[in-house]
Amino acid sequence: MWDHLSVMTVKQLFTSYPYATDFFSSLPNLQQSEESSVAAYFAAIEEDTLQDLGIGRQELLDQFLSFMLQMEKLKEDKVKIESITIIGGRDKQGKVEDIELTIHAGEIVCIVGPTGSGKSRLLADIEWVAQHDTPTNRKILINGQLPDMRCRFSVEHKLVAQLSQNMNFIMDLSVEEFVSMHAESRMLENIEEVTSHIIAKANELAGEQFNPDTPVTSLSGGQSRALMIADTAYLSSSPIVLIDEIENAGIDRQNALRLLIDKQKIVLMATHDPILALMGDKRIVIKNGGISKVIETSEKERENLILLTQIDRKMLAIREVLRSGGRINEIPVELEEII
Amino acid sequence: MQLITVAGPPSAGKTSVMLKIIETLQEETLKVGVIKFDCLSTQDQILYQKKGIEAKIGLSGNLCPDHFFVSNVQDCLTWSQKNNLDMLITESAGLCNRCSPHIRDVMAVCVIDNLSGVNTPRKVGPMLKLADIVIITKGDIVSQAEREVFAFRVKQANPSAIIVHVNGITGQGAREVGQLFKGAQGVDSLTDYHLRFSMPAATCSYCLGQTRIGQNFQMGNVRKMDLS
Ligand SMILES: Nc1nc2c(ncn2[C@@H]2O[C@H](COP(=O)(O)OP(=O)(O)OP(=O)(O)O)[C@@H](O)[C@H]2O)c(=O)[nH]1
Ligand SMILES: Nc1ncnc2c1ncn2[C@@H]1O[C@H](COP(=O)(O)OP(=O)(O)OP(=O)(O)O)[C@@H](O)[C@H]1O
Ligand SMILES: [Mg+2]
Ligand SMILES: [Mg+2]
Ligand SMILES: [Zn+2]
Ligand SMILES: [Zn+2]
Repeated sequence: MWDHLSVMTVKQLFTSYPYATDFFSSLPNLQQSEESSVAAYFAAIEEDTLQDLGIGRQELLDQFLSFMLQMEKLKEDKVKIESITIIGGRDKQGKVEDIELTIHAGEIVCIVGPTGSGKSRLLADIEWVAQHDTPTNRKILINGQLPDMRCRFSVEHKLVAQLSQNMNFIMDLSVEEFVSMHAESRMLENIEEVTSHIIAKANELAGEQFNPDTPVTSLSGGQSRALMIADTAYLSSSPIVLIDEIENAGIDRQNALRLLIDKQKIVLMATHDPILALMGDKRIVIKNGGISKVIETSEKERENLILLTQIDRKMLAIREVLRSGGRINEIPVELEEII
Repeated sequence: MQLITVAGPPSAGKTSVMLKIIETLQEETLKVGVIKFDCLSTQDQILYQKKGIEAKIGLSGNLCPDHFFVSNVQDCLTWSQKNNLDMLITESAGLCNRCSPHIRDVMAVCVIDNLSGVNTPRKVGPMLKLADIVIITKGDIVSQAEREVFAFRVKQANPSAIIVHVNGITGQGAREVGQLFKGAQGVDSLTDYHLRFSMPAATCSYCLGQTRIGQNFQMGNVRKMDLS
């Protein structure tokens, strides 16, 4: 690779490999050196500058080559994930966990169980692609096979994206800058298009609208969550999305989940909320560190989901009355029946 | 005797993460000790000792902590041999951006946190750029997108490193890094080993504790800003 790159001018390098500018951004004298060859550029960096950068000349060259190789790799297509299979191990008492469960792309699976039962451990086993080397002794297969174990430590082939409870952004950027920065890190070419699409989708999910130039740090909880979900659906490279509850406030949860499964993600969601649990195709019940059973959402449960959603909507309406300073004198009949 | 050098900016989560990692190694009955290098003070040894981990501290005072580290690391190794440790981890607060404690042929780890901002990986010196493993912490406080962008930037700064996410509070990811630690090279003596990157040759008078301001007190390697 060096033979090929070293003879290019710096300018040619940037034209052929636009991402190379990132590597050079912390290096000096770029403007003056655009016409010199890449080899000459590196040879001309002064010792003092190298000292300031905290790196030797040979190491810098090695890093440059490594950088270019790795970035090219990011563009390679990766294996499409169609399914993951969980092969049981042992529960906390050492009892055999007798299960083989396959989850397919586009499926939503909920995980239920008491505190400390092992929900997070199951999610961690999946993320680590456990091979009998975790406390549960489980084994995970990808597309029915043993995966390339390098995926454990790969930044670009990370299996699992996590939407955690936390809803804050810390970056001091506008929504648009934020999303396009993420798109850049995915080395996409149609960044503007993707960015505006994501913002539009997030606005569909959020109760109140926001603009591309709204700072991410001033989004409301619901808006942040909507943006995180839309962003994960379109920009995360990970085929599996783990969700730790989605709060009801200010976001259309059903559509949010639909967006993820439309993008052929596998969605795993730890939840105590009956509406979310019934939105799943099945739910895994964890007890004592082991999967005690897998329940498929039944027809009856799906019917009840519709009912529960209606009740939920009523509750939301009541909350809205409260929020706008009204009195709660009238309780909808359906709710009264339950009471 | 396995040796691992861990460095990272102050408060990045080095101790929290090491505690979680060592816990998983202790389950496998490995005897791990830690020596913390810092400038003026640290409570870290108490945190380690509470978990039954042999721990010592080295305070460099006015010296650059990394310079101080190199002058003492062989003694640290001898100390851990005397204590029959299987593994010695050195924790350095990366206070000097130009130095790093990383040694060739000794597993080198950098801990850096998501909160430090996406431009930080570019700015951190050899302690990040020349590490074998980069541990990213505090992923729980940022969004998935921020985590992905941050990891990407770390990868740009050190393309050949193994990059892992560990939560210093819940310990998520710690067991996995523990497995990597078990692969660290063995070291009997550091004689003839080399630092991965030379530490800046000359120091200025302020490095040595000078506090007075003015031309007369500036000695050694002094560089002036161009404000014209
Ligand atoms: N939310 C969150 N907080 C963390 C995480 N890791 C560490 N912290 C917190 O960050 C603070 C600093 O952590 P330490 O482990 O003491 O950091 P350190 O790098 O050892 O600090 P020094 O040794 O003083 O340089 C503590 O309050 C930790 O609880 C994490 O993954 N998530
Ligand atoms: N099969 C198992 N064998 C041994 N240890 C296990 C097993 N399953 C889980 N554990 C351990 O039990 C502890 C609690 O599990 P975990 O954190 O996954 O619980 P949780 O269901 O996520 O709890 P919470 O609802 O509080 O988040 C962890 O230390 C985990 O490693
Ligand atoms: Mg949990
Ligand atoms: Mg510490
Ligand atoms: Zn120094
Ligand atoms: Zn100085």
